[in-house]
Amino acid sequence: MSLARIQLPDKAARGEAVEVRVAIRHPMETGFRRDEGGVRQRRNAIVALVCRYRGTEVFRAITSPGIAANPTLHFYLRADRTGDLEFWWIDDDQVEGTATAKLLVV
Amino acid sequence: MAQPNAHVSTIDPLVRSFTNGRDVLPGKVTLVLPKVADNGNSVPMTVKVDSPMTAADHVRAVHLISEKNPVRDMASFYFGPHLARAEFTSRLRLNGSQRVVAIAQLSDGSFWSDMAQIEVREAACTEE
Repeated sequence: MSLARIQLPDKAARGEAVEVRVAIRHPMETGFRRDEGGVRQRRNAIVALVCRYRGTEVFRAITSPGIAANPTLHFYLRADRTGDLEFWWIDDDQVEGTATAKLLVV
Repeated sequence: MAQPNAHVSTIDPLVRSFTNGRDVLPGKVTLVLPKVADNGNSVPMTVKVDSPMTAADHVRAVHLISEKNPVRDMASFYFGPHLARAEFTSRLRLNGSQRVVAIAQLSDGSFWSDMAQIEVREAACTEE
């Protein structure tokens, strides 16, 4: 099962503002929570997320457990040409994730 | 010349880490949070900056600072003229009622901010 879902419009016109929505499955563990057995859960949150469009970085977030579990992000990309929108992220455990979607520009 | 914002301390080391001591002015930035949240686990947040987002005039970064979270440096967002609008939405985890500040840095090097006060009825589980 994918760890992330990227939502884009089916197609966009060149120059149009495209709403990009990404949702990543991640606990964003704060490091303060205890489980039912009273064991403190080690902090593990996504600390950086980068979005590239046709290979160029367009958005970067440096994050903390102040971002809710299963983080979501919406922003408005300027459509240029058809190409991949690639998200990459890394958490406190140095586990990386990626997700890619194609933006069709007509 | 506008006066620096009262809700931003220019001697706060966290603020200085972003601004290097420059004034943070009121205006241009809008931080949208609900006035009240039943709990702090997942609070919708939108930041908008008044910017044409052109190569010559755009937003470079937005920093979010919490008053009450164990980690005050909640998040920083970096973007530029590849975005059509200086606007983004996410969800925050908030450890109780507090003020949240958004500081935006524009491409001319200026800093602008907004503050939102939110009442959180049940804090996110960040306590011991």
